[in-house]
Amino acid sequence: MASNQQTLFEKIWKSHIVSEEPDCPAIVYIDLHLVHEVTSPQAFTGLRKRGIKVRRPDLTLATMDHSIPTTPLSIPIADDQAAQQLDHLAKNCKDFDIQLYGMDSPRRGIVHVIGPELGRTQPGMTIVCGDSHTSTHGAFGALAFGIGTSEVEHVLASQCLLQYQPKTFEVNVNGQMELGVSAKDIILSLISTIGIGGGTGHVFEYTGTAIKSLNMEERMTICNMSIEGGARAGMIAPDDTTFEYLAGREYSPKGKEWDKSLERWRKLPTDEGATYDQSINIDASSLEPMITFGTNPGMGVKITDRIPDPAKLTDLHARQNLENSLEYMQLKPGQSLINQPIDVVFVGSCTNGRISDLRLAANLLKDRHIAEDVRMLVVPGSQEIKSQAESEGLHNIFTNAGAEWREAGCSMCIAMNGDEVESGQYAVSTSNRNFEGRQGKGARTFLASPLTAAASALNGKITDVRKIL
Amino acid sequence: MTKFTNIRSKVIVIPNRNIDTDQIIPARFLKVTDKNGLGDALFSDWRYANDGTTNPDFVLNQKQNQGSQILLTGDNFGCGSSREHAPWALTAWGIRAVISTSFADIFRNNALKNALLPIEVSSDIHQSLFDLLDENNKSEISIDLASQTLTASNNINIEFPIDKFAKKCLLTGVDQLGYILSYQDLIKSYEAL
Ligand code: SF4
Repeated sequence: MASNQQTLFEKIWKSHIVSEEPDCPAIVYIDLHLVHEVTSPQAFTGLRKRGIKVRRPDLTLATMDHSIPTTPLSIPIADDQAAQQLDHLAKNCKDFDIQLYGMDSPRRGIVHVIGPELGRTQPGMTIVCGDSHTSTHGAFGALAFGIGTSEVEHVLASQCLLQYQPKTFEVNVNGQMELGVSAKDIILSLISTIGIGGGTGHVFEYTGTAIKSLNMEERMTICNMSIEGGARAGMIAPDDTTFEYLAGREYSPKGKEWDKSLERWRKLPTDEGATYDQSINIDASSLEPMITFGTNPGMGVKITDRIPDPAKLTDLHARQNLENSLEYMQLKPGQSLINQPIDVVFVGSCTNGRISDLRLAANLLKDRHIAEDVRMLVVPGSQEIKSQAESEGLHNIFTNAGAEWREAGCSMCIAMNGDEVESGQYAVSTSNRNFEGRQGKGARTFLASPLTAAASALNGKITDVRKIL
Repeated sequence: MTKFTNIRSKVIVIPNRNIDTDQIIPARFLKVTDKNGLGDALFSDWRYANDGTTNPDFVLNQKQNQGSQILLTGDNFGCGSSREHAPWALTAWGIRAVISTSFADIFRNNALKNALLPIEVSSDIHQSLFDLLDENNKSEISIDLASQTLTASNNINIEFPIDKFAKKCLLTGVDQLGYILSYQDLIKSYEAL
């Protein structure tokens, strides 16, 4: 019978249980804990109160990303509170012996960008961080999910977490994408289909030929937004693409250790015949560039579609919700989004701030100029990506096109560091959340791929990138 | 952890679905380094206009809602970010239970660690509670955790689900980290594998 056949998730889950008792959550061991300035200070305070140390500083690493300015380091931080939060992290890492990629580190960057970049993220691991987009690391065949600050304290103190076993949800994507359609469009399409609560209580596993053919950065884009579909984690089975990415990275296993790891990693993929609690099929060849029109990531459409009409919804609450969103966005039912004027374009974040994303945007902007009154901000996901981009001359393409080229950080994805969309302005953003006020109070966000973002920057209006490729 | 005690209270109604943690507490308030004082930031963008003046139409600003300890709200409450600042802000304002048809996973975990009770009800009960409060916004709801019952004046008397461990933690104030640390030996042997 099928009982011995396990999914990727089940294999990792089972091998990380320290103890499991009836009517209690399991005690799950954590292999890697990522820490940043925003969700950790209160956890360290908790440790101090109890007088305990970090159990495994060697399995913990910290960076500064959320409230860090993206202006040059030589400019002092204008926001006292942000400066204080960054100081706090530096002190906590020093006191508790945690490796920190701080302000002046050339390896600093968004926590979900540097984990993989350094080779710390590896297949088969359990990975947590006080940040919901920890799901990103699942692209390597790891079980990675976001936790709250109390849980950050638990992991710091014990390297363990109390968790109930989630259910599994297969997202099977097959077929070949059209030119101009990208990984971001796959995930936006999934979320618009199942809704932002569709994956609650589940872990996604993305399977199928279309997923297999993606490179690691594209896989990260997809896993990153699993949480936007309500799933805490999203995973992709490790394969040669994964191993090639990891080979030779600073913290990847070396020599004999590498061979042993490979042997282990190759056993991780879901066994044939293993079953999932739920599944959905997506035909990649039918996808178009996606764009959101509303105030959550599930409110998205194909770029050639029109905004849905609340009057056509029978459920009263659903209708009210859509009306509220359109009111906030100042958009009309039945309206096409193509040619909608925009004020800001943001290329960056842990969803789409990697080198391949920057290359895609730069390719479109080369020898061109963005529209007169559009502000475009390009923010690399890490300092490492920044220097890579500069060595390829991408920064010149961006600045010549009229865009701003910044230091690494979360920036306008969360608007904590002063990089904001002004109230009432429209932004096309490659980030992951279009919630009300996410990019600044009153800001109106359209989520899209780097290609759609760059194309829209050129025209000053939402643009179907396929028309200019 | 603080213990959860039974509640009888008026109810604040925010019917919106999918209220995300960016609405519960916008990111610009996350630059704090302690847990306290976040009550003023709760639902800030709905509570205050751009110039900082209070929006008199928003429920949290209405006189009759001051002191209410229960929030009745739409499906999928607390989606989005993992910020525990969301339950910190809710509890700092005085909310001790949230009633919805569903909660985002991380929010539920975070709430339970802060003696904030997420109560999941069926769509039918959810609708009857909205109806009740529509008719009379002074109606009170009682919540008894030990018997897992929610009682409202229109003959609603239901048992709500909660997992046994969370219930025990809430009722007796179990220190969850202390609980994990009591398994030190097993953690050590796991590490030695
Ligand atoms: S880039 Fe955005 S989503 Fe990613 S970690 Fe930073 S704030 Fe969170």
